[in-house]
Amino acid sequence: MSDIALGAPAAPATGRRKTAGSFGDRLFAGLCLSAGILVLLTLGGIIVTLFIGGLPAFRHFGLDFLISTRWDPVEGREEFGAFVSVFGTVITSVLAIIFAVPVAFGIAYFLTELAPQWLRRPVGIAIELLAAIPSIIYGMWGLFVLVPFVQMNIQLTFGEALGAIPLVGFLFASNSFAGTSIFTASLVLAIMILPFIAATMRDVFEQVPPVYKESAYGLGATRWEVVRGVVVPYTRISVVGGIMLGLGRALGETMAVTFVIGNANRMPTSIFDPSTTIASVIAMEFPESLAGSLQQSALFAIGFLLFVISFVVLATSRWLLRSRLKG
Amino acid sequence: MSTTSHTASRPVTDLAAMRARGARRGRTDRIITALSLLATAIGLFFLASILLTLFWRGLAAMDLTIFTTEFRPTRYGDESLPKGGLLHAIVGSLIQVAIGTGIGTPIGLLVGTYLAEYAQRTALGNAVRFVSDILLSAPSILIGLFIYQLVVLPMGAFSGLAGALALAIIVIPVVVRTTEDMLSLIPNTLREAVIGLGAPKWKMITLVGYRAALSGIVTGVLLAIARIAGETAPLLLTSFGNSVTSTDLTRAMASLPIAIYQQANSGFPDLIEIAWSAALLVTLGVLAINIIARVALRKKH
Repeated sequence: MSDIALGAPAAPATGRRKTAGSFGDRLFAGLCLSAGILVLLTLGGIIVTLFIGGLPAFRHFGLDFLISTRWDPVEGREEFGAFVSVFGTVITSVLAIIFAVPVAFGIAYFLTELAPQWLRRPVGIAIELLAAIPSIIYGMWGLFVLVPFVQMNIQLTFGEALGAIPLVGFLFASNSFAGTSIFTASLVLAIMILPFIAATMRDVFEQVPPVYKESAYGLGATRWEVVRGVVVPYTRISVVGGIMLGLGRALGETMAVTFVIGNANRMPTSIFDPSTTIASVIAMEFPESLAGSLQQSALFAIGFLLFVISFVVLATSRWLLRSRLKG
Repeated sequence: MSTTSHTASRPVTDLAAMRARGARRGRTDRIITALSLLATAIGLFFLASILLTLFWRGLAAMDLTIFTTEFRPTRYGDESLPKGGLLHAIVGSLIQVAIGTGIGTPIGLLVGTYLAEYAQRTALGNAVRFVSDILLSAPSILIGLFIYQLVVLPMGAFSGLAGALALAIIVIPVVVRTTEDMLSLIPNTLREAVIGLGAPKWKMITLVGYRAALSGIVTGVLLAIARIAGETAPLLLTSFGNSVTSTDLTRAMASLPIAIYQQANSGFPDLIEIAWSAALLVTLGVLAINIIARVALRKKH
């Protein structure tokens, strides 16, 4: 501007400024773009390294790797099958969802419909802090507080009684009374994913247009009838997305589960049996495995399976939540 | 059931039936209310249980030696042996978290900027946003396996550097999310005003955009620090843990979460006590950072 006022030739001045500005612009845009591509490469790198690491095991065992329940790292008779750990991963996560969803719904109902305004923020923050507590702390608390509790007050009290039920009784009868079991692991997982599901439900419940709810109230509906008839149908897809997000978290959870599941790589028959998950097998065995051994390759291979499972779940969750992301 | 279909077809004339139905609806509502209160109480109960256990058991061994001495073998059976501490783990955690944050923050910031300012609706932008969201929730132990292949195997040893890199990968998506969200909140009129003054786009973003989004970006970084401070699984496969104080980035390095893991499973009561102290330190740190982050964000909005 001042250049023109001074009567200096305008063209070279703007030309110079444009070059300087556009060089900075190109540099900065390039930096941003490369950082974005780096993120893509990171995920790609994770997939590729897991697959390459697991390739010797996939080659050695073929399809048997997926269905075999044997896992024996002892040298000389090594045999590795993924079925037990995949089963343990899925069953603990699904049980965790079953435990967590009703409680999360109750919390979301409380935070959006029942609680007075001044109470919503502190209670909401308290629930969110539950999500901030590190996994290892849940593990330690689980081992020293929850495991004895499950052992003494749940398994001994209900395990016997439920074990006597014909046909399904075997699901509750166990020879193991250590307290470290699928049930305990699912309980810890449920507490850990509770805040994620509750927060998603609360957020989507709050997005229901008030006029819909007011119309229902105007017709004389009770609070519960409004939630059941208006809020839940309106937010159903996002609620399922939130549950899938919790499921995705539960599948890959490592330390908390490792502490309380008993780490027994054999097929469980009861929810009070010890078992293992993919993440805990890796955490328990990987640090001690030899580089390049078949055992290490098998651990990479189950890591790859875990990646595939959680990727599918997380991608589905994101797809279901996409309308909320846009809004 | 029959009552419902009956009332749906024509108005209820039977006053008694109507009253009964109203009472039943009210009762259902009250039961649901009670269950909802119970659910909230359950959630708060677990938080209280964890925090109280941590304070109760963690304060028992908490004294100055925790901060001034490194790991010592158990004193079980011989009380005359020196008491151990967590110095090695505190130093290791601080180093790895600092480097992880230092590497992850600028990358996350640039990615968030790319998504908010350059590629809002492009296919590549959507792909980056999707992948970043997946990384945000991906099992952290797999990131440990990745860095093991990428860094530990070529270097031939577990190392503090590998641990820091694994943590950096966890930092990135957290910072991306908050940076993009915060930059997207800036009104376009502000951008137009800056561009209209003749500033190039990069100056608009760095001098005005980042300043307007500062509190949100700081919140994101704080949340990322809180997240990695307690990460255990990826460190197990990358920096492995160490029982002496080491600041050498090319060698195995201790950290608080790993110290908790090892000492809690040691079976010795005195070491388990120290693990509780470590757990209390980590949790207090993480929760304090979380609360600060929330306060920082609230002031702005």
